[in-house]
Amino acid sequence: MTDTTNPLSVQDLTVAWHRKPVIWDVQFDVAPGQLVGIIGPNGAGKSTLLKAIMDLVPKTSGRIEVFGAPWKKNRHRVGYVPQRESVDWDFPVSVLDVVTMGLYGRIGWFRPVRKKHREAAQRALERVGIGALAHRQISQLSGGQQQRTFLARALVQEADLYLMDEPFAAVDAATEQAIVEILREMRTAGKTALVIHHDLHTVADYFDSVVLLNMRVVAQGPTGIVFTKENLERTYGGRLTLLEEATEAMRRRERSL
Amino acid sequence: MKSGWSSLWPRKSRKKALLVLPLLPELFVGSVVEAAGPGSVGHLDMLARSLRVLFLQDYNTRVVILGTMLLGMAAGVVGCFTLLRRRALIGDALSHATLPGVGLAFLLAPSMGLEPKSLPVLLCGAAISGAAGVAAILFIRNLPRMKEDAALGIVLSVFFGAGVALLSIVQQLPTGHSAGLESFIYGKTASMTSSDAWLIGIAGILSAGIPLLLFRQFQLLCFDEGFAASRGYPVVALDFLLMTTVVLVTIIGLQAVGLILMVALLVIPAAAARFWTNRLDQMVVIAAMKGSIAGLTGSAISAIFPDVPSGAVIVLVCSVLFFVAMILGQESGVLIRVFRRRTLRLAMDREHLLRGIFELCEEHSTTSSPTDRKLAVTVVSLLKLRTWTQGQLTRQIRKSITEGLVWRKADGAIELTGKGRAEAERLVHHHRLWELYLITHADVAASRVDQEADAVEHVLEPELIAQLEELLKKERFGREIPASPHPLESQPRGSATETPENTPAGQPANESGVPQ
Amino acid sequence: MNILSQWDWSYDGMIVLAGVLCAIAASLPGNFLVLRRISLLGDAVSHAVLPGLAAAFLITHSRSGVAVLVGAVAAGLLTAVLTEWIRDTGKVDEGASMGVVFTTLFALGLVMIVQAADSVDLDPGCVLYGVLEATPLDTVAFGTFEIPRVVIVLGSVVVMNAVFVSLFFKELLISSFDPGLATSEGFSARVLHYLLMILVAITAVASFEAAGNILVVAMFIVPPATAVLLTTRLSHMIVLSAGLAAASAVLGHLSALTIPALFGFRSTSTAGMMTLCSGLIFLVAALFSPQTGMIVTWIRRQRLAMRILSEDMIALLFRLEERLPKQSVQIDTLAQGLLTSRLRTRISVARQKFRGYLLVSADGVCLTETGRIAAAAVVRSHRLWESYLVTEGIDAELIHRQAEKLEHFTDRSLRDRLQKQGSKSEIDPHGSPIPEETDRQTTQE
Repeated sequence: MTDTTNPLSVQDLTVAWHRKPVIWDVQFDVAPGQLVGIIGPNGAGKSTLLKAIMDLVPKTSGRIEVFGAPWKKNRHRVGYVPQRESVDWDFPVSVLDVVTMGLYGRIGWFRPVRKKHREAAQRALERVGIGALAHRQISQLSGGQQQRTFLARALVQEADLYLMDEPFAAVDAATEQAIVEILREMRTAGKTALVIHHDLHTVADYFDSVVLLNMRVVAQGPTGIVFTKENLERTYGGRLTLLEEATEAMRRRERSL
Repeated sequence: MKSGWSSLWPRKSRKKALLVLPLLPELFVGSVVEAAGPGSVGHLDMLARSLRVLFLQDYNTRVVILGTMLLGMAAGVVGCFTLLRRRALIGDALSHATLPGVGLAFLLAPSMGLEPKSLPVLLCGAAISGAAGVAAILFIRNLPRMKEDAALGIVLSVFFGAGVALLSIVQQLPTGHSAGLESFIYGKTASMTSSDAWLIGIAGILSAGIPLLLFRQFQLLCFDEGFAASRGYPVVALDFLLMTTVVLVTIIGLQAVGLILMVALLVIPAAAARFWTNRLDQMVVIAAMKGSIAGLTGSAISAIFPDVPSGAVIVLVCSVLFFVAMILGQESGVLIRVFRRRTLRLAMDREHLLRGIFELCEEHSTTSSPTDRKLAVTVVSLLKLRTWTQGQLTRQIRKSITEGLVWRKADGAIELTGKGRAEAERLVHHHRLWELYLITHADVAASRVDQEADAVEHVLEPELIAQLEELLKKERFGREIPASPHPLESQPRGSATETPENTPAGQPANESGVPQ
Repeated sequence: MNILSQWDWSYDGMIVLAGVLCAIAASLPGNFLVLRRISLLGDAVSHAVLPGLAAAFLITHSRSGVAVLVGAVAAGLLTAVLTEWIRDTGKVDEGASMGVVFTTLFALGLVMIVQAADSVDLDPGCVLYGVLEATPLDTVAFGTFEIPRVVIVLGSVVVMNAVFVSLFFKELLISSFDPGLATSEGFSARVLHYLLMILVAITAVASFEAAGNILVVAMFIVPPATAVLLTTRLSHMIVLSAGLAAASAVLGHLSALTIPALFGFRSTSTAGMMTLCSGLIFLVAALFSPQTGMIVTWIRRQRLAMRILSEDMIALLFRLEERLPKQSVQIDTLAQGLLTSRLRTRISVARQKFRGYLLVSADGVCLTETGRIAAAAVVRSHRLWESYLVTEGIDAELIHRQAEKLEHFTDRSLRDRLQKQGSKSEIDPHGSPIPEETDRQTTQE
C-alpha cells in the first residue's frame, strides 16, 4: 500500500483542537516530481495539514511518512515555506541572514556560519531574483520580496520535498511568475512541492495534481481529472453544519474540563 | 454586545449563596495562620499581643486593618479589569514609576510651604509621577519596532532608578533620615495613622467606584476593544481612566505593601477569582473579598510579629489564596477539572457498556432462531468488544448493577433490566443516527465510522438529535433504531486516540449497506 | 565641578569598572529577552532569585560561594517553570502568571531574609539598590594588585555571557526569530529558553551584591531596546547594546558625583544614576536615531510635504497659464488655491524662487522657463495617471484624487510606461491636453 519511494504519504491523519477535528481522516500519497496544489476554503485545515506533516501540531491519530520514514528521520529532506505573517518582520536581521537560517540544521550546534554558507544563501537569493537585496533589513522588503526571501530559504535547504503555505498570497504578479518558474525548475530537478493555493483560476496552469480539502479530502488526483466543477462545489459548498455543531458542543464540554 | 460577551462568560444559573462558598477555605486558612502564630513562639507577651490584635483592642490596629482591607478590596476590583485587558503587569511598571514622585515631593515641598512628611503631599507626588509613567509607556509603545513588554520594562527600571537616586539625596536632608520613605518600597503598615486610613479609604472607594460605575463600558473595553470603538465608546479615554485607577490604587498601596509588591495585590486576587467563576460581576466581588481577606490577615500577622515585613506577609497570604483557588476553584480549579473529566469518562463507560450489551443481544437475535433468543451476554464477549481492561469492565458492571440498569444472572451472564434496556435503546439510536450522518454526509469510510461516532455521541444535545432525525428521515429512516451500518467487530477496536500502529492491521472493511 | 578633582582611580575607577561589568553582563542576554518579547521575565527572575539567595544564606551562613549560585539558578528556573505551569494548567495569561510567581517568591525571600538577618549581615535594601560605592572596600590580593572581589565576580559573568552568546549565536537567533523553523531544524526552542533563564538568573544574582536589582533589570532591557532603535543587524545590536550599557555606567557614576553637587548635596546612589542615564540615552535614541528617531522622521515628513506643496504650486500656476498665458498670481490667491496657510505658501515660494522656478514681482509670482518645464512634467504625470486609471476602469469621479497623490512619485520612465499602457490620447479624461515630454526636462527632486 505504501510506496516507500513516495515523498509523502499521509494515512488516516486526524488533527483536533480540544477534540474538535480540524482535519479528519485525511489520506493521500504524493508521487515524486509533482507539483501538488492543496485547494480548499478558509478554515478547511490546509495550514494545519502542513504543520501536522512536520509534527508542529500534535496529531490525534494517523501516520505520516516522508520518503518512507517518519518526518524526524528525513527532516533534512523537507523544506518549509511558512506564511509571511508567522514571523516578526521588525526583527534585526538582514535578508541574507534569514536565508542562511535554512542551513543552520546542516551546520549543526555551536559551529559558526562560514563564508561558503553565506555564498550558498546568496546564490539562492539570486535564483529568486533578489540577489541585490541581500543586505537589506527584512522590514524594508515588500510583500513579494518577503515571500521570495522565504522561498530562497527553502531553496538553500536543498530539500527534496517542499511544503509551502500560501506562497502566492498577496504578492505582485512578477513575484508570482518568479515563484512559478522556480517551482517548475524544481520539478524538472525531480523535486516535489506541496503548495497551498487560493486562486482557482491558476490551479490548472500551475499544478500537476491537486488535493481538494475541506476538513476531509474531497477529491485527490491529477488536476485534469479531479479539478472539476462538481468536486469544487463539494469542496466549497455544503460545509458539514451538523458536524460542526456537534463538535462545537463537544468543545464546549471539553473546555470546562 | 450581549451575545458576544456571554460567549466568554457562559451564563449559568448559580445560586448567589455559592459566592460565599469559595471564600470559606480562605477564612479557614487565614485563621489557622493567625492561630499558629502565637503558639509557635510561645511567649506570654506575644500571646497577649496577639489577643489584642485579634480582638481589635488597639485603636491603631483597627486603623491599620481597616486601611489594608480597603486597599485589598480596591486592588481586587481594579485588578480584574487589568487582568482581563491582558495588562496584568502594567501595575508593576506604574508602581515603580511612583517612586521618583515621592522623592521629588519630599524635596520640593518645603519650598512650596508644605510639610514634606505629610502623606497627602507625598502621595500627590507619587500620583503625578505615576501619570508620567503612563504617558511614557504610551510614548514608547508607539515608537517604531518597540513592543509593549519593552515599554513596561523601560519605564519600570528607569523610573525606579531615578527614584532611588532621589531618595539617596533625600536621606542627606536633616529631616530625611527619619522620613520613613523606605517604607514606600517594602511597605510598613504599622506606621499608618487614622488620617492615612481616611485617605486610603477615600482613594480606595474612588478607584473601586470608577470601574463599578462604568462596569459595562469597562467590560466591553476588556472584551473587545475594536468593537467598543465601533460602537462609539471613547476607547482611549476609558483606557486612560483604567490606568488612572491603577495609579490611584498603587499610591494608596505604597504605604501598606510597598511598590515592589503592589503588583501582587493587583494581579493575584483577580487571577485567583478567575478560578471560581466565569462571570465578570462575580469575579469582581470574589477578587475584592480575597483582597480584603489578604489585607486583614496580613496586617494582623505583621502586627503580631513586628519584625516581619507587612507587605511580604500580605502578598504571601494572597499567594496562599491563589493556590487554594487554583486547586479547589469551582469553575476551573485543578480538582474540579479532574472530577469533571472523571465524570465524563464514567458516563462514557456506562454508555459503552449498555450499548455493548444491546448490540451483542441484537446480533445474536439476528443470527439465531427467535425461540433461542438470548438476552444475557457473557463478560468475556463484552471484553472483546472494545479496548477496556477486565478491571474497568467489572467496575462498570458493578456500578450499573447498583444503578439498576443491568443485573447479573446466576451463571454470571449480564442482562439489561427494563430501565437499562430503555436507556440502551436511546443510546444506540443516537449512535446509529450519527453514524449514518457521517456516512452519507461526510464521506467517511464505513469501517472507521464507529470510532468517530463514539467520540461525538456522548455530547449530542436533544436539538441536534432532532435535526439529525429530520435530515435522515427524508432519506429513509424513521424513529425506530436503524440497523447498524457495519458488522459488529469481535476484536477489540482501537479507540480514536490510539495511533494506527497500535491497532490491528487490516480491519475488516465490509461496505455492505453503505450508501455510496 | 571641583568634586571631580577628588576623583581617585583606585576608588572611583573601581566603582565605574564594577558598574560597567555589571551593565555589559546584563545587556548581553538582555538582547534576546527584548527580541523574544519577554523583557519582563528578566525583571521577574531577578526578583524571584531572592528566596534562593536567602536559602543559601540560611544553610551555609555565607554570602558567597557555590551555594548562592545554585540557589539562584534553582530559583530562576523555578520562576520560568512555575510561570509556564500556571499559564498552562490555570489558563491564566502569561503576564499574570509571571506576576503571581515572582511576587510570591520575592515576598517569600523578604520574609526569609528577615529570619536570616540574625545570622548573616544582610539588608534587603542592599539587594534592591546595591552599594556600588562599597566596591573598593572588599578586595582580593592579586599579586601586588588589590582587585575588588566584585570586579572578579562580575568579570567572570561577563566572560561567561559573552562566550554563551557567541557560541549559541546562531541558535539564539533562529529560535528567537522563528521558533517553528528552529525546532524543525533540530534546535529545541524550549531548551534554549531555559538556558537563557539560567544565564539571566546567574547574572542577576552576581550583580545583586554590588549593583543591586535595579541596575541589572534596567541593563537587561534598556540598552538592548535602545540598540533596536539604532541598528538592523543582530550582531551590531549586541555589540552596540554592550557599548551603550558601558556608557550609561560611566556617565551614571559621573553624574552621581556631579549633579547633586549642583544643588548643594553630596553624591547620590550610583546604581540609580546609571539606570537613569541608560533611560536618557534611550530617550535620545528615540528622538534622534537616524532611521527611526521621532525628530528625524518628523523632518523627513515635513520635507516631503514641502516638496509636494511646491509641485502642486507650480502645477497650479501651469494650469492657470493654460487658460491665461503669462499671468502673475498673488500669494494669497495661491494659498487659497492650494488649501494651505500663507506662511507655508511663502516658504514654498521662496524655495522655488531660489531654485529658479519662479519669478516674484509686485504683481505676484509667475513661472520661469525652467519652472514651466518642471511644472509640465508634474501636470503630465497627473493627466497620464488619470487616463490610465480610466482605462483600468476606475470611476472617473475618483481618478483626480488618486492622480493627485500618484503624480508626486512618478518619474520619466514610469510616465513613458503609463503612456504606452494608457489610452494614448493627447487629451486627459477631463478634456485637458496632456503636456508633451520635454527632453531638456530637469529631473524632479
